[in-house]
Amino acid sequence: MARKPKLAVWKFASCDGCQLSLLDCEDELLAIGEAVEIANFAEVSRAVVRGPYDISLVEGSITTPHDAERIHGVRRASKVLITIGACATAGGIQALRNFQDVKEFISIVYARPEYIRTLATSTAIADHVPVDFELRGCPINKRQLLEVLLAYLHGRRPLIHRHSVCMECKLRGTVCIMVSRRVPCLGPITHAGCGAICPLYQRGCYGCFGPNESPNVSSLSDAWLSAGAAPAEVVRVLQTFNAAAHPFADGAAALATRRVNATEQGA
Amino acid sequence: MVSPNSKVILERDRLQTILDAIRAQGFRILGPTVRDEAIIYDDISRVEDLPIGWTDEQGAGRYRLCKRSDQAVFGFIGGAHSSKQFLFLPREMIWKVVREGKGFRFVDTQRDSAPLAFFGVRSCDLHAISIQDKVFMPVDPGYRARREKALIVAVQCGLAGKTCFCASMGTGPRATGDFDLALTEILEKQRHYFVVEIGTQRGAEIMEHVSHQAAAASDLEKAEAATRRALSQMGRTMEASDVKDLLYRNYEHPQWDDVARRCLTCANCTLVCPTCFCSSLEDATDLSGDQSERRRQWDSCFNLEHSYLHGGNIRSSPKARYRQWMTHKLATWQDQFGTSGCVGCGRCITWCPVGIDITAEVRAIRESEKRHGND
Ligand code: SF4
Ligand code: SF4
Ligand code: SF4
Ligand code: SF4
Repeated sequence: MARKPKLAVWKFASCDGCQLSLLDCEDELLAIGEAVEIANFAEVSRAVVRGPYDISLVEGSITTPHDAERIHGVRRASKVLITIGACATAGGIQALRNFQDVKEFISIVYARPEYIRTLATSTAIADHVPVDFELRGCPINKRQLLEVLLAYLHGRRPLIHRHSVCMECKLRGTVCIMVSRRVPCLGPITHAGCGAICPLYQRGCYGCFGPNESPNVSSLSDAWLSAGAAPAEVVRVLQTFNAAAHPFADGAAALATRRVNATEQGA
Repeated sequence: MVSPNSKVILERDRLQTILDAIRAQGFRILGPTVRDEAIIYDDISRVEDLPIGWTDEQGAGRYRLCKRSDQAVFGFIGGAHSSKQFLFLPREMIWKVVREGKGFRFVDTQRDSAPLAFFGVRSCDLHAISIQDKVFMPVDPGYRARREKALIVAVQCGLAGKTCFCASMGTGPRATGDFDLALTEILEKQRHYFVVEIGTQRGAEIMEHVSHQAAAASDLEKAEAATRRALSQMGRTMEASDVKDLLYRNYEHPQWDDVARRCLTCANCTLVCPTCFCSSLEDATDLSGDQSERRRQWDSCFNLEHSYLHGGNIRSSPKARYRQWMTHKLATWQDQFGTSGCVGCGRCITWCPVGIDITAEVRAIRESEKRHGND
């Protein structure tokens, strides 16, 4: 029998939720274990098999000088590098620091700030090394993770759609809550993948999967504003798990400018 | 004995018997019902499942379910769903293939399911079904099997909504064919009943099991009056006779840039449209690689992958994608299938999260031509 492909899972700045999705694949886990050699997966076993690795799953963002170095080693040791989750693909919720003064935080939070070595920003893995595939979500969807693994194991393209969450609402027959109840929803600009869970429970989409393939943030912001949302509210919903993803960050910045203009006009 | 093309009267308190007669013939009945603060299409079996006493207020990007002051059974217009999702399924497995030794074997995945009865289909949606028939009947065995068995009980509209424009598209408000039975609701202070038009032999057989009376000329006049009322309430209009040439003349009109600034490319309009037929095919393998499934799911020309050809995307801008949608509905569809791709149901207007209105977009182009001449 041919050698089993070696799978490694790496963690950078993150909550571990995404890598745990792999353990969540209870029904398929044994089959995965048969199909691949789990060479490095700290959440599962301390045993580490040396590289190179056929597939590396990378969770987390780059927030320290040490990690900015370490990711290059991971890339060198990996034939295929797949980033998983909002942290690895967009900087995660910790990228909120990108819009603030990190030095000031450190001086307030830590008794000995000089012990802290951190970067001023939290950035996606693809900002540092070439990435073969980015799987989005906060957290990722375990079915999608399985699909990406299957696709790479069989040498085919992953069946992951980059269109809107609205597609998923309509595919499952959910009534659009933005239209029927005026609930502000990020679905029209958000990447599909969750199966449109929130609208099913009458909650607007929170944008966990980040921007979709062609997000029109300014038109959706206008719709929210005319439905009665304050600009600050729209900025807040854009600045969550995927705050640093460009279309969301640019949309929030544009709204902030609008707010300043409005205040100046009011004064 | 009732025969096709005749009209009879069914009292409101006997409405359940028609549902029972349809069920007795083995049909799964799909009809309007209230769920999640909207009127949708789902399984029904009792008259109480219908949206009795409810109505809907619709506008561009706006839908509200409201109480009526009376107990009308069909006192609303088209809902969030249409019969599309039961005939052209959102997701369908086309086939499965299993590895066997050095070869492989195809497994038929088409399941025989109960025949469908659509209860309460409006005239616009009847036209939408016959438009989709042109697309699918010749090529899609799954659709054909569901469609050939389907029973259709239409409802003649007695009111129209703010986003309706079937009159402009020549598809309503009165259904004139393509149904087995059609009901017109007459709600008066003293009496609540339906005029039932019998469209086919199958419809006649169902009415054999339903207690009914002969219709008087005054009943038929009341049914006509209901249609006139709907016509007078039509919320929107579109000048449709020359819209194909209008759009072909204006491929480079600045209005496309204007609408592209508003359009979210979210695809909602195409998915709620009862005639849109686009889908994508995917082959999914299992972990062992010994089994593969070909799956089909709804797709839309607003999605980038839809227009990805080898080497690149032919409609990368939102402007090109909105233009594709509108010109396909109103113009190229005519060249392709000999009819318009729009039946004026208004769903794309109501269910667009930012209220983009296909009639307003056409009007904007038309009026600028009037102002500037058409060159
Ligand atoms: S509820 Fe949200 S995600 Fe669903 S169709 Fe409406 S806008 Fe799109
Ligand atoms: S284009 Fe709009 S109005 Fe016309 S049939 Fe489709 S959804 Fe209805
Ligand atoms: S308008 Fe778009 S989604 Fe609808 S049938 Fe035409 S190409 Fe397909
Ligand atoms: S017209 Fe409206 S519903 Fe259609 S894609 Fe654009 S924003 Fe979405």
